[in-house]
Amino acid sequence: MTQASFFPFGPIKSVIGKCIYLPGNDIDTDRIIPARFLKCVNFEALGNQVFMDDRKEIDNLHPFDNDNNKNASILIVDKNFGCGSSREHAPQALMRWGIRAIIGQSFAEIFYGNCLSIGIPCVTMSEPNIKSLIYKVNTFKQLLFNIDIQSKKIIAEEDSWPLKIEKESRKMLTSGAWDATSILINGKEKINITMKKIPYLNSFII
Amino acid sequence: MSCKTLYDKVWDLHRVRELPSGSTQLFIGLHLIHEVTSPQAFSSLEEKGLNLFCPERTIATVDHIVPTTNQIRPFSDHLAEEMLKKLEENCSKHSIKLFNLGSGNQGIVHVIAPEIGLTQPGMTIACGDSHTSTHGAFGSIAFGIGTSQVRDVFASQTLAMKKLKVRRLSFLGKLKKGVFAKDLILHVIQKLGVKAGVGYAYEFSGPAIENLSMEERMTICNMSIEGGARCGYINPDKKTFDYLEGKDYSPKGKNWDAAVQWWKSLSSDEDAIYDDEVVFDAAQIAPTITWGITPGQAIAIDSLIPKPEALEKSDQQTALEAYKYMNLKPGTSLEGLKIDVCFIGSCTNGRLSDLKKAAEIVKERKVAKGVKAFVVPGSEKVAKEAEKEGLHQIFIKAGFEWRKPGCSMCLAMNPDKLEKDQISASSSNRNFKGRQGSSKGRTLLMSPAMVAAAAVNGSIVDVRKIIN
Ligand code: SF4
Repeated sequence: MTQASFFPFGPIKSVIGKCIYLPGNDIDTDRIIPARFLKCVNFEALGNQVFMDDRKEIDNLHPFDNDNNKNASILIVDKNFGCGSSREHAPQALMRWGIRAIIGQSFAEIFYGNCLSIGIPCVTMSEPNIKSLIYKVNTFKQLLFNIDIQSKKIIAEEDSWPLKIEKESRKMLTSGAWDATSILINGKEKINITMKKIPYLNSFII
Repeated sequence: MSCKTLYDKVWDLHRVRELPSGSTQLFIGLHLIHEVTSPQAFSSLEEKGLNLFCPERTIATVDHIVPTTNQIRPFSDHLAEEMLKKLEENCSKHSIKLFNLGSGNQGIVHVIAPEIGLTQPGMTIACGDSHTSTHGAFGSIAFGIGTSQVRDVFASQTLAMKKLKVRRLSFLGKLKKGVFAKDLILHVIQKLGVKAGVGYAYEFSGPAIENLSMEERMTICNMSIEGGARCGYINPDKKTFDYLEGKDYSPKGKNWDAAVQWWKSLSSDEDAIYDDEVVFDAAQIAPTITWGITPGQAIAIDSLIPKPEALEKSDQQTALEAYKYMNLKPGTSLEGLKIDVCFIGSCTNGRLSDLKKAAEIVKERKVAKGVKAFVVPGSEKVAKEAEKEGLHQIFIKAGFEWRKPGCSMCLAMNPDKLEKDQISASSSNRNFKGRQGSSKGRTLLMSPAMVAAAAVNGSIVDVRKIIN
């Protein structure tokens, strides 16, 4: 397991690190973290358990066991990554392994939101661009990539690729508002006003 | 952009304000929690020095980890025991109503909330569980959330959300004999794919849907998420109101009349605008069964496992992985495939009507030799009703085990697990690699009737051949 430095904190304008590519469409959260590891009351042990069954069952070396990928913090995936169960254990396991950002062709919705709420940006790229990025990653194994969320680019040396990120997510990440709790609590007065007009909270008499 | 749909109406009513990020702060009317995704949310809430904003709008139960044979405490699995203890502690500390084992109302969270009338039309419902979409069957907007969001709901009874687009899936005609709600939704996922619903709420409508019972409607909405849609719903109608009348948490007396009147106004208007629409003919749907490792890898029972070249290019790689993992050959039939385990249960198909359909097939028959078959009712209420009707005797006589309620082998967090590369005929909702507890285990999803038919036959069979 890569030693995770600090967990995400404050505004996230860019993520710089080595990339690790995990091929395959529709990789579900049961594969990211098998259900038996959900028997826990905190997330601490999850980093070592990420992709446990896939790593065990694979014929060759799993990317997460390849020494070349040690210390990688940017995960590159294909389509519909993170589908299936809503378990936040999945992004938590990836984060505790050392992942700080994910690049993919597409993501499942709940997984995407779970990542955002713990400060892990999920950015998307077109298929040709992602292929060219993967080519670069495979050719220069120790190269550092910079996911610049502000300018919506991935930069490595003189190369750069455009990335896509939802407007709202970009704002939340770069402003530090991805940790939504305090912002939501600040709306208490407005919450109370909303509650007054919802029929089922008021004996259906409005 | 959609307008005047049920989704739009419910969204607008619960909108608190627009946030600087551009998301919407949305009020959550009902928050359901269970032992797996809540403990970290409670800890994180406490670390922030916060309390529950509306403890009375959160309801808890225990389902994922409970053993279904011996439920005497402490559980022999100390990790499971620790999780339930933590839930009990957290609920009592924060004054949250917990439907614990033996309370009469314990069960899978998506089974119990509707059956006691907690789930009602027009509500926003959130739960740290992706199958929260189930509750959409009542015309509520219900979706799964992660643990950080569970904490947000604890702290504020709201969530930061982005509005979804709305796709109407209309079903003409009527389901044929031997074809059930499960087949309908598996068919949809097979046709549209597992990611088609991302960014959408699915509205299921049309005569074939109106024809379904509330329990069948729950099966449909339950698996919206397998099609990528975080939320699926059905406009409430007389069946919805009849189902709710008299339930513990349903409105009573004068409130009931006011509630029904309000609920009626929630349905999507005739001139509602949808972002997209797909039409299906329900009469064309056959019993449907999965052959692969995603719920979209499904076929009609009378057709063959697709060859790679017949699939879209982007689906071929997953198909190759699936043939290998499942040890199945493209171009062959699933009928006749020997099975090892039969599981009837889960939040998709663990309700009374599901058990009844399975019992009809099992009656006067015997589970085939070498097959382990078991029934796990979705809740204590379901178990009690089923026992009252003698269903358990039918199952036991046929050679099924009759278990106590819980999630059980839907995700195998309790002792019920596949072994090695066993093949399971399962009424649950996910056939992911390793989902049923063995990293080589193989799951075929199908209706409870098809599972029952497989159990007595010892191999996969078209249920229509048995009931005719
Ligand atoms: S029955 Fe299965 S899908 Fe449903 S809540 Fe339990 S584990 Fe999740």
